[in-house]
Amino acid sequence: MSDGLRAADRTPVAGLARPGPPGTERLDRLVQTGRPVRAGRARVVRAFAGHRLGLAGLALIMLFTLCCFVGPLVYHTDQVHANIQLTNLPPGPGRPLGTDSNGYDILGRLLVGGQSTLEIGFAVALLATALGMVWGAISGFAGGLADAVMMRVVDIALAIPAIFLLIFLSSVLRPTTWLLILVLSLLSWLGPARLVRGETLSLRTRDFVEAVTVMGGRKLRVVARHLIPNAFGVIVVSATFQVADAIILLATLSFLGFGLPPPAATWGGMLSQGTTYLLDGYWWEVYPAGFAIMLTVIAFNLVADALAAALDSRQRTG
Amino acid sequence: MSGFILRRIGQAVIVVLGVTLVTFLLEHLIPGSLAHAILGTRASPGEIAAFNRSNGLDHPLLEQYSAFVGRLATGNLGYSYRLNQSVDSLVLHQLPNDVLLVGAGLALALVIAIPLGIAQAVHRNRAIDHLATSATFALYSMPSYWLAILLIAGLSIGLHAFPAEAPQTATVGGLLASPRALVLPVLTLTLVNVALFSRYMRAAAIVTLAEDYVRVARAKGLPARLVLSRHVLRNSLISVTTLVGLSFPAVLTSGLIIEYVYNVPGVGLTYYTAAVNADYPVELGITVLVGVVTVLGNLFADLAYAALDPRIRYE
Repeated sequence: MSDGLRAADRTPVAGLARPGPPGTERLDRLVQTGRPVRAGRARVVRAFAGHRLGLAGLALIMLFTLCCFVGPLVYHTDQVHANIQLTNLPPGPGRPLGTDSNGYDILGRLLVGGQSTLEIGFAVALLATALGMVWGAISGFAGGLADAVMMRVVDIALAIPAIFLLIFLSSVLRPTTWLLILVLSLLSWLGPARLVRGETLSLRTRDFVEAVTVMGGRKLRVVARHLIPNAFGVIVVSATFQVADAIILLATLSFLGFGLPPPAATWGGMLSQGTTYLLDGYWWEVYPAGFAIMLTVIAFNLVADALAAALDSRQRTG
Repeated sequence: MSGFILRRIGQAVIVVLGVTLVTFLLEHLIPGSLAHAILGTRASPGEIAAFNRSNGLDHPLLEQYSAFVGRLATGNLGYSYRLNQSVDSLVLHQLPNDVLLVGAGLALALVIAIPLGIAQAVHRNRAIDHLATSATFALYSMPSYWLAILLIAGLSIGLHAFPAEAPQTATVGGLLASPRALVLPVLTLTLVNVALFSRYMRAAAIVTLAEDYVRVARAKGLPARLVLSRHVLRNSLISVTTLVGLSFPAVLTSGLIIEYVYNVPGVGLTYYTAAVNADYPVELGITVLVGVVTVLGNLFADLAYAALDPRIRYE
């Protein structure tokens, strides 16, 4: 019971000390704060390299990316034409993970589905983070009425859970890859916007930012050259979480039947279709897709956690 | 303090108005107009004009919007032409089921996550902490329907312990009459919420443990058990209010998915069915309802936080 008293263990928890709750959907993001100081990027890389779980996550991401994009070039399967002679076959020679109720080869379908999952996940994370970064930095730096209006917009968009809006939009429009990227991004930039605004608020009172203003630096320059680069570490961590979030959201949408329409291969769709045969004992139609979603999300969360820890170590020692 | 409350309520009103505006715009996003969506593609121009007139759709947009807000303000969420029923009656019938299911999932999750977080903070970086962190990390990275499928495969199909479907009844009494069938939906929701809360609880408890008042309590010789229950637990509860208020969107999302997987007769499943049948009035009415509930959750969290923690002063 002696622990809990050491002052070195005081981890800063953003949000607890603040009067109003900062409120993001990903509550755990409140837990990790990295207040980056310029220089020492090499130290972050070294700290990350010492993080075994983070490295494992990174290796997993690279492995999945390689398999999904190179795999189908070597392992040819027909994922468009149903074949009723090959339905629901258990794993065997020539079909390592069996076939589903349309006669599609499951391993081949996993690889093709992984392509769209990773593409959409990365694209959404990039787009949403870029949008949130600009919105948050401008809002935090401008302050006053502009800040209030911009943050109310974020509040309004956060008030309706993304899945409800996504289901509605999918019931009205026919989803395509580009439309999904656009819509998922438009629903995902809110967390990063709040995060970057918080960072900007704390950075803008710092001496070096005031020095730039005193020297006559323009506002745009302060935002682009000083605020965003200094918040970059936090932004990278948030973007990594965003990939995981986007992949879960995308898989959920296809699981509910509102994702890319058939015959497009989606992990969520495969899981949903396989679940129908859970009672028949066709395990190969359920577990591969489920574990694919879960392992991919775990990999991105591990990397994000390790990045956050690496930034935190820089903050403590630096 | 009263200034803070007024300002916070004002913000909430603005956000609710914003939600109604978003919903209103969504309604106008429906391709080929609402009249086409409801009357079908073969409706004659005369029928469409009559529909637009009787529903006020021939008025200017601003006028339509104010009529829409006025209608919502009286508690009228719309009318489902497909079910020939008002959205209010549809939702009111099922809301108690959701309150039961989501409430039970939330309450049980807090009962587990709060002590777990404190235990992890006390024993941090020991085996038990690592174990709990790994378990909640895995749960956190699982989509809720995947967890539900694993539980069904293990507990329902494998061990025949619980039914894989919620009781098929319209009332709370009916749900409670077959508690065994409620076990899996509630268990899934609880685990999903524990994964959401426990990291935050652990971090909050670590901060509380390092506070001076905890040090004083120990220094004056208070037994460890009392330090934890009187000082650490009670202070951690303050941050729990924030946590619960902010988790509303996530909790409602997993509610919808769990209702879909276990076929629970609730608002979430109704929303799903409405989306499949392109029953737009039901979708939009429930969207407004969900938005209002989220805003109220946030408002409640802020006000409770301000009331519970006397150290917080608002200018």
